[in-house]
Amino acid sequence: MNIAVLTKQVPDLVEGVEIDASGKAVDPDSIRYILSESDDHALEEALLLKERAKGRVEVFSLETGEVRDTLCTALAKGADRVVLIRTGQDTPLSNHAAAKIFASVLKGLPFDLILTGVRAIDDLDGSLGGLLAGYLDLPYVGLVRKVELANGAAMAVVQKEFPGGYAAELEVKLPAVLGIQAAEQPPRYVPVSRLRQIMKTAKVEEQGAAPPSDEPLGVERMFKPEEGAGAAMLSGSPEEVARQVVNLLSERRLVR
Amino acid sequence: MGVLQTPPIQEGLPPLFPEMGDISRIFRTCIQCGVCSGSCPMGEVMDFAPRKAAKMIADGRGEEVLASNTPWLCIACHTCQVRCPSQLLIPDGLFPALRSAVMAGGKALEPDLQKALQNTYLYGNPMGISPRKRAEWAQTAGVPVPILAQVKRPVDVLWIVECYPSFEPRNQEISRKLARILNALGVDFAILGHEERCMGDCEWMAGERGLFEMLIERNVEILNKYRFKEILITDPHAYRTLLNIYPKLGGTFRVKHYVQFLTERLGQLKPLLRKKPSAAVTYHDSCCLGRKTGHYDEPRELLQAIPGVKLLEMIQNRESSLCCGGGASTIYLDRYIQERVKDRLADRRIEQAAATEAEILAVACPFEPARFEDAVKLAGYERRLIVRDIIELLAESMEIQ
Amino acid sequence: MNKNILVVAEHFRGHLSDITFELLGKGRELAQVLGGKLALVLMGHEIASFVSEVGAADVVYLADRPDLREFTPESYAAVVRFAVGQASPRLVMLGSTSVGLDLLSFLSAQLNVPCLDNCTRLEAREATLVAISQIYGGKLYAEAILPGETGLVAVVPGMFPTEAGKLSGQPEIQRFPYVGALPEPRMTFRKLIEPPAGDVDITKVPLLVAVGRGIQSADNLPLAQALAQALGGAVCGSRPVIDQGWLPLTRQVGKSGMTVKPKLYLALGISGAPEHQEGMKGAELIIAINTDPRAPIFNVAHFGAVADVFDVIPALTEEIQRRQSPRAA
Repeated sequence: MNIAVLTKQVPDLVEGVEIDASGKAVDPDSIRYILSESDDHALEEALLLKERAKGRVEVFSLETGEVRDTLCTALAKGADRVVLIRTGQDTPLSNHAAAKIFASVLKGLPFDLILTGVRAIDDLDGSLGGLLAGYLDLPYVGLVRKVELANGAAMAVVQKEFPGGYAAELEVKLPAVLGIQAAEQPPRYVPVSRLRQIMKTAKVEEQGAAPPSDEPLGVERMFKPEEGAGAAMLSGSPEEVARQVVNLLSERRLVR
Repeated sequence: MGVLQTPPIQEGLPPLFPEMGDISRIFRTCIQCGVCSGSCPMGEVMDFAPRKAAKMIADGRGEEVLASNTPWLCIACHTCQVRCPSQLLIPDGLFPALRSAVMAGGKALEPDLQKALQNTYLYGNPMGISPRKRAEWAQTAGVPVPILAQVKRPVDVLWIVECYPSFEPRNQEISRKLARILNALGVDFAILGHEERCMGDCEWMAGERGLFEMLIERNVEILNKYRFKEILITDPHAYRTLLNIYPKLGGTFRVKHYVQFLTERLGQLKPLLRKKPSAAVTYHDSCCLGRKTGHYDEPRELLQAIPGVKLLEMIQNRESSLCCGGGASTIYLDRYIQERVKDRLADRRIEQAAATEAEILAVACPFEPARFEDAVKLAGYERRLIVRDIIELLAESMEIQ
Repeated sequence: MNKNILVVAEHFRGHLSDITFELLGKGRELAQVLGGKLALVLMGHEIASFVSEVGAADVVYLADRPDLREFTPESYAAVVRFAVGQASPRLVMLGSTSVGLDLLSFLSAQLNVPCLDNCTRLEAREATLVAISQIYGGKLYAEAILPGETGLVAVVPGMFPTEAGKLSGQPEIQRFPYVGALPEPRMTFRKLIEPPAGDVDITKVPLLVAVGRGIQSADNLPLAQALAQALGGAVCGSRPVIDQGWLPLTRQVGKSGMTVKPKLYLALGISGAPEHQEGMKGAELIIAINTDPRAPIFNVAHFGAVADVFDVIPALTEEIQRRQSPRAA
């Protein structure tokens, strides 16, 4: 059972995101990159599958930001091999470009499952998993919260989330690509001492890939939403306040 | 009986960060007297209270202890540690070892704790706020709060503000008031601002040795860049770590908590304390200032310097003070603890405070105002009892709010 | 130049989803500007009755067959591909949903056409389609143009009005060929898992009545519950309320609880600590009641009042019931 996990580094919102001088893209200097949260879940799910099915987990990531930290953390958590894909561009590529690169890297490799987070906060042109599946012509299911192997690892039984707490159970023939929403358990913790140890001794393989002559989405501009100035305060007796509140609700058709 | 103080970490004996394998050896002198379990405020709720846990580990049943709730219920109040006849390190040794072992086990931790540790790794504070915003509280202090990197000269006092006093709104208010007090006293001080990171007490208590070492290394490097005569610190947890642990890992500095610092300047401070507050005050000895470092008198001196203050003592005070439950990393284990405890420590303590008929509960630790104010609301005592940091009471009396 | 718009319909448990009408309404407007037709692709089994609801479309590609009864990304993608081939649309509109997202990127790659997700606004400026998408959790917006002859867009539910899509009309029906048009399935639907009974998922409830410490005790919860009932919503709480055991963990809003983005978040007696704000600041309409004028909740609320919740809650309940009663009578 060979599982590939594709991870992406995304801007860390804690440090804020600024728009660059052109007004069409984010300012790379303003950004610190961290692992996309649902990719962390994809890795966790892969590790759980590995533990149950005695398989191998290999993690691939493009060279955005300090991706070594992420890849070493993956090794510390139990991944068997991690690969850093060098494209010569250390700022994020579009998902289309990234998917094409991963497609060329993974084509022909004997992976039964390819897991990746179902979405990332900087997704604009769709999601990596779906695009990759399209390019490789593999089955794709997104918003997956549980994966089990069946039929001697020829099939995966997955749970796909729907609104209102519903989920669909689907049987998928392998090899397949899955977009993970949440792992069956929260991503495991790696003590810093273990991570530091791994960072000193680990082997992070590197592979080169040419970024495609990307057909970028025509982004005309990026902008921030307007900031509110605090609440508009209602006044009067409790009954008057209640009346005003219900009027607000009524205007918005929130009260039948 | 004199004041019991935590013995400093002894060189050559227990390692600074014992692992599970060291525990049996270190606890060879444990006489199984049970004073620890008997003193422990969480003893009844632990699957295995400290005495039993130590015995089980010695008997090779450590795995059972790791799988139990025990590792996560110690609030690091140090009642056991100051009373242990063999002077064994329980919250400072046994519990971090237990937690470290669980962390190495490849599972997720309690979500709040995991998040706090991950945030500290990334941003140097458990809240997950950008370090660039660490000095934002000072913008509305009303007095200059110099940043050491900008001052470009030696200062008398480096004030290490720490995480909660920098980021948590209730505590930011207290920080601003201390800035005004220092200004009124003409103290030559500066803060680190965005260069400041967590001093590491929570991480050490949580058993995150690697993170703790990373923080110390970095903090010592930053501190060694600058010249200052002493460090003033408002957070008792960080205070005791800087006092007792940093010297073991290459960082020896002269460090004082604000209660010492201000008491040393009492002669200068006293004339500035003009206003009489409403008067009956009881003081809560926090674990870090109290049992861990022995500062029982200074806070009381400060309070009694305020005109009209009548100081009342709770039934458990000084060495016998009852921990608020904030611990050092247990503040992130609140949910875990809450699910297992009927009677929260903060609630018990508020009852003790109310029983003194004091109007003000004075505290000196940033974890306390929120916890005690919650407990006051829960008990419905809002009209009877208010919670104030000593700094706030001083500032009020100096009329520099 | 392609001028048609193709909307991908969604239905769940026997009903057409609101997103279908939201897309139809917007699609109608775009088709008019472009001078093309509005087409709808409708897939499922025994769904003929839905056709009468989608009169806003000019053409409906109807794929009604047993193997399409339940959604699987693969079979639906195949049908949409067919419809794209038929309609040659300028734009394929999907919901940014469990269904739409599985199709958006996969089809974009297979058809080799661009796609855009998280769309909150769409307009046709002459022959150019301009979309606004939100990224970074809404911290930034990007205005984009889909180049080429065909593009796919996934729209955030609730952005466009459903009414505009609920028009009467007689669309032309084109049936999806019955035999052999779907590839050998590589995935099959096994079963639908229902949510646990009696457990409200507050992340899916559009109207939330949130209580904080200001509610003071569990005995006062029925007040909030009565209000929630009158509104047709659910009660949730900030952490202290859950810590006290007054509400179960599933109702907790905030950093260590749930993040909710309801249409209405009524914050009653909640001070609004950052940990709580994190869980609810994305709500569309936030109204806060608190006795403390400096409560941080007022920074994130759209409207607020400094008042006693014990006075306001019953007044609200009464006012809502009063307005509802003429119709009930």
